[in-house]
Amino acid sequence: MTTVARDSRTVVDPAPPPAKPAAGPSRHRFRAVAGFAFGAALLFAVAPLVLSDFRLSLLAKYLCVAMVAIGIGLAWGRGGMLALGQGVFFGLGGYAMAMHLKLADAGPGNMPDFMLLYGQLDELPLWWRPFASPWFALPATVLLPMAVAFVLGSLVFRRRVRGAYFAILSQALAAAMVILLIGQQGTTGGTNGLTDIQGFFGYDLDDPVNQRMVYFIIAGTLLALLALARHLMQCRYGELLVAVRDGEERVRFLGYDPATVKLVAYVVAAGMAGLAGALFVPAVGIISPALIGIVPSIEFVIGVAVGGRATLLGPVLGAVAVAWARTALSERFPGGWTYLQGLLFVVVVAFLPGGLASLIGLARRGDGERWFGRLRRTRRTEGQAS
Amino acid sequence: MTVLIGQLFTGVSIGAVLLLIALGLALTFGQMGVINMAHGEFIMAGAYTTFVLQQVISAAGWSLLIALPVAFVVAGAMGVLLEFLLIRRLYARPLDTLLVTWGVSLILQQLARDIFGSPNVQTRAPELLTGNIALPGGITVANNRLFILALAGGAVVALTVALRITPLGRRIRAVVQNRDLAAVSGIATARVDRMTFFIGSGLAGIAGVALTLLGPIGPTMGTNLIIDAFLVVVVGGIGQLKGTVIVAFALGVLQATGEYLTTLSVAKVMVFVAIVAFLQWRPQGMFTLRTRSLA
Repeated sequence: MTTVARDSRTVVDPAPPPAKPAAGPSRHRFRAVAGFAFGAALLFAVAPLVLSDFRLSLLAKYLCVAMVAIGIGLAWGRGGMLALGQGVFFGLGGYAMAMHLKLADAGPGNMPDFMLLYGQLDELPLWWRPFASPWFALPATVLLPMAVAFVLGSLVFRRRVRGAYFAILSQALAAAMVILLIGQQGTTGGTNGLTDIQGFFGYDLDDPVNQRMVYFIIAGTLLALLALARHLMQCRYGELLVAVRDGEERVRFLGYDPATVKLVAYVVAAGMAGLAGALFVPAVGIISPALIGIVPSIEFVIGVAVGGRATLLGPVLGAVAVAWARTALSERFPGGWTYLQGLLFVVVVAFLPGGLASLIGLARRGDGERWFGRLRRTRRTEGQAS
Repeated sequence: MTVLIGQLFTGVSIGAVLLLIALGLALTFGQMGVINMAHGEFIMAGAYTTFVLQQVISAAGWSLLIALPVAFVVAGAMGVLLEFLLIRRLYARPLDTLLVTWGVSLILQQLARDIFGSPNVQTRAPELLTGNIALPGGITVANNRLFILALAGGAVVALTVALRITPLGRRIRAVVQNRDLAAVSGIATARVDRMTFFIGSGLAGIAGVALTLLGPIGPTMGTNLIIDAFLVVVVGGIGQLKGTVIVAFALGVLQATGEYLTTLSVAKVMVFVAIVAFLQWRPQGMFTLRTRSLA
């Protein structure tokens, strides 16, 4: 992080794009603040008033998926790294949180219920013990995924493994993680995962009021992550990231290290996924290998593609829309949803690579480009991006 | 010693399955740069072809033999259709090809569920392939594993000969090495692409026939295999077959040894770590095609 900051200080200020001379920086800031205020009003006031408790808890789940989507939008849309293993980081965050909550449910000194059930262990495994403390578990939900991403990313990016190779490696990471979790049933809960989580730092999760509190925490975190992503996209680092996507060799010749630039985006995306996983656990009450494997990992990506991969809001809206459509349709037509999901992948990625945001972008160019912008550029440089 | 050789054979037979699956990928991914996630579903198509043929021809031996060419054509035809409808529009966007073909694989899986039902189905193996052969020294090898090993070896030889000798093979190599130069030399690159895709996908069909000897046939059987096969091609290096062959057997033996020493899950993680470490040493894979193009 620090090296990038030092490097980026020497960047010559990018010339303002010619397409939008009227919009000054202050106006953009105003639009952004207004946008966040609108989003906050929607999430904090309208949604809790309009939606039933059940629907609100579903929305909380979707917002967790949207957090992962913000990270993917950054790494893939802006950085050109197709991360197909975000489920791993989601899972690391989720399991770290769930381990703490299970230990808290069991009470100090006791073992979680499933360990007693399987009866393979006489005492708590060593690597579970630190998670009894919230001061370890809570930072771990974010730092653990970031550390894994840092190790893998620095190994892979330094050796210039990229494009399809990186995508396949990240997917293989998801496969390995799931097999490991299932194999170690005695300590991880195996296929079932960690289930039946009842308390959340002293609050009973069965109580609808506390469920609402969890929803508010999730909504607030989502907005904070959006602000972070916007900042990263707008600052000089964001320009550098897009430059690496569009012409990695050129950036190298200009004196930057593309590996570091990519690593930052990948690690930040992993941290976002970890936080999302950690908040998913109290919202849904379960974390299991089926939620983090190859299939869910690639499903995180489709929401981003539908919404518009290179935009700020596109991934969030796309992820929520796809997750909502899944719930709405798969209840009634389970088979039909799979067909539709397959078609979404095909149609959106092949024929509308800018996502739905590009339709809006096409309709109203100009000022809207700050939010839904850079689509034409994405499409044109697609070939070089990979 | 016996254990060691037995494990070695287990590893080689895992490697043979990997090789059969990865050979088709080595053509489509390695030579054309296309990531076809639906390759696993072409394997499934080959397996279901065997199943259907066995309903028609009840003699298990004959149906298996007939299934080999039929599955090749069925899977190959599906591949050509996919290439014609979608992939050829996406040659400039390999990452997007990955996502699009993933969508296709979802559709094909659901199609299989609607046609054959969600539960797995099973074929009867011919009697010749159900037994074991006892080798001196107390080692037994399963006949079906030997058959798959022979099939994989045969596929490698046939493919090598086809690429080296036939006019089509020469054109395929030319397009791989320098697409533009091949095009201006009068090679119809689009047609060569389509034929490459036909052969690559057809090999997936053959792999599907072989897999019916090892386990049940289900709609999602391809998904589990495809990642390992992609890793084989990535580590082997793109553009030639020998890397794929060596790496398939190496990963098979590593997997078997790891499984013997620890557990299946730990072995999988070991293989993944080994691959990342290997790519540190050779990021482009074991063998690479030397070109002067800027990559």
